[in-house]
Amino acid sequence: MLKFICPICEIETDETELTPGGEAHLKRMGPGSSDQNFYTYLFERKNPRGIHFERWLHSYGCGKWFHVVRCTKTMEVFGTYSAQDTKPPKKILDAIKKKLPNGKNVK
Amino acid sequence: MKKYSAFSLIKESFNNHFGWEKAWKKNNLKKSYKVIIVGAGGHGLATAYYLGKNFGIRDVAVIEKGWLGGGNTGRNTTIIRSNYLQEESAAIYEKSRSLYEKLSQELNYNVMFSPRGVMMLCQTEHELRAMRRTYYANRIFGVDTEMVSPARMKEMIPIININGPRFPILGGLWQPRGGTARHDAVAWGYARAISNWGVDIIENCEVIGVNKNKNKINSVETTKGTINCEKMCFIVAGSSSILAELCGFRLPVESVALQALVSEPIKPVMHCVVMANTVHGYMSQSDKGEMVIGGGADGYNNYTQRGSFQHIEETVRALIETFPFISRLRQLRQWGGIVDMTGDRSPIISKTPIENIYVNCGWGTGGFKAIPGSGWATAELIANGEPGELAAPFSLARFKEGRMIDESVAAAVAH
Repeated sequence: MLKFICPICEIETDETELTPGGEAHLKRMGPGSSDQNFYTYLFERKNPRGIHFERWLHSYGCGKWFHVVRCTKTMEVFGTYSAQDTKPPKKILDAIKKKLPNGKNVK
Repeated sequence: MKKYSAFSLIKESFNNHFGWEKAWKKNNLKKSYKVIIVGAGGHGLATAYYLGKNFGIRDVAVIEKGWLGGGNTGRNTTIIRSNYLQEESAAIYEKSRSLYEKLSQELNYNVMFSPRGVMMLCQTEHELRAMRRTYYANRIFGVDTEMVSPARMKEMIPIININGPRFPILGGLWQPRGGTARHDAVAWGYARAISNWGVDIIENCEVIGVNKNKNKINSVETTKGTINCEKMCFIVAGSSSILAELCGFRLPVESVALQALVSEPIKPVMHCVVMANTVHGYMSQSDKGEMVIGGGADGYNNYTQRGSFQHIEETVRALIETFPFISRLRQLRQWGGIVDMTGDRSPIISKTPIENIYVNCGWGTGGFKAIPGSGWATAELIANGEPGELAAPFSLARFKEGRMIDESVAAAVAH
């Protein structure tokens, strides 16, 4: 079972009290954007086998969204951070770098 | 290829069964092929079969990273039905179901298609209304289904508890021509037929790159060497996004885990397939007597072929109300597969941004039933370079154009 530290409650939460919200850091496209950009925003996903930046909702806890960095191949969790952060914190990026020194994602 | 028949069985029994030949050959990779199909699962092998049968294209290689039929083809709950709401879905799934009916004779390989009937339970008022709508739609498209009252359901499936209390049974949508088949045999039967034509099936051969010239590919890099090709089609379910990335584009799919389990074998208790969509429980009894139970998919991206344990628990917990007897059964095996989900829960059979690459993916949680129909439609697409009537609605462009084939709203679940 997946276990994350909710960055708002600062407690360990497990999968049964969370709701997955899909890929994080999507650039939102609205009226005025091109059809291609709107399609990309709505449907196209990276769906990597490897490091995945994603959103989760602490639905049976604080009810707040937050970000998680997780490997979809090994299920390793690299950390969580606030939903308001547009970039992952340096600590998490360093942990990923340490795991994947050549910069390529897991396949 | 030796024909399987009662006569050959008697003949071989005198020979202590030493005279049987391998069902399909293990060939080495050639330098070039007309068509390369990536993925030797049901859909990939069926595509190669209908390319050979309907279009005479037999200079084909089917390459596979793992082993033949080792992905979702060997991991599903083998349900075959075609009672879909949307016209486009009903067309391809009904084509598929009707091809299943004669598949054993056609391939000379027993796929054990058993049209035992599929019962979809209605456990809420909303579901009852939705199923009635599906029933009317089925009538219009010529798919043979009927609505069943709770009393008649109890008569047909005596082991069922129709009284609830949480999810009482208010009715059911019955498709008498639906059923199950032996999933491995479907892959093996197609493999045997295409191998006989000289199609190469290469296992343990992973695609690691493609060589492009402008908007066309000339060759595919694999772990067993470079292969030249005129056309390439990848049919790799959960790994579709990885191959698309190698080819230089993205797909509107996400890979998630879907799980199933079987109980210990028991005496026959249920003759048909029962699907409880509200609680995400799908159950049938295998010929060995095991209760085969499928659950809902996980909600997060996953490539591990294992799912979350609480989903199995949820499925079984919900089914126990409708089938109290399963509370006494022990679980024999549990497994997971990686399925590729699209936003509208309908598949993609399409051309891609690369001119001579085609894709068949997005079958989500219900690909097994579609194997023959999907192979038929994909073969047509590869051979002509343009989709035929069956495949045309399932193009990649439908997302951009807003032409969804919305089976997720139609059933309220992926199916």
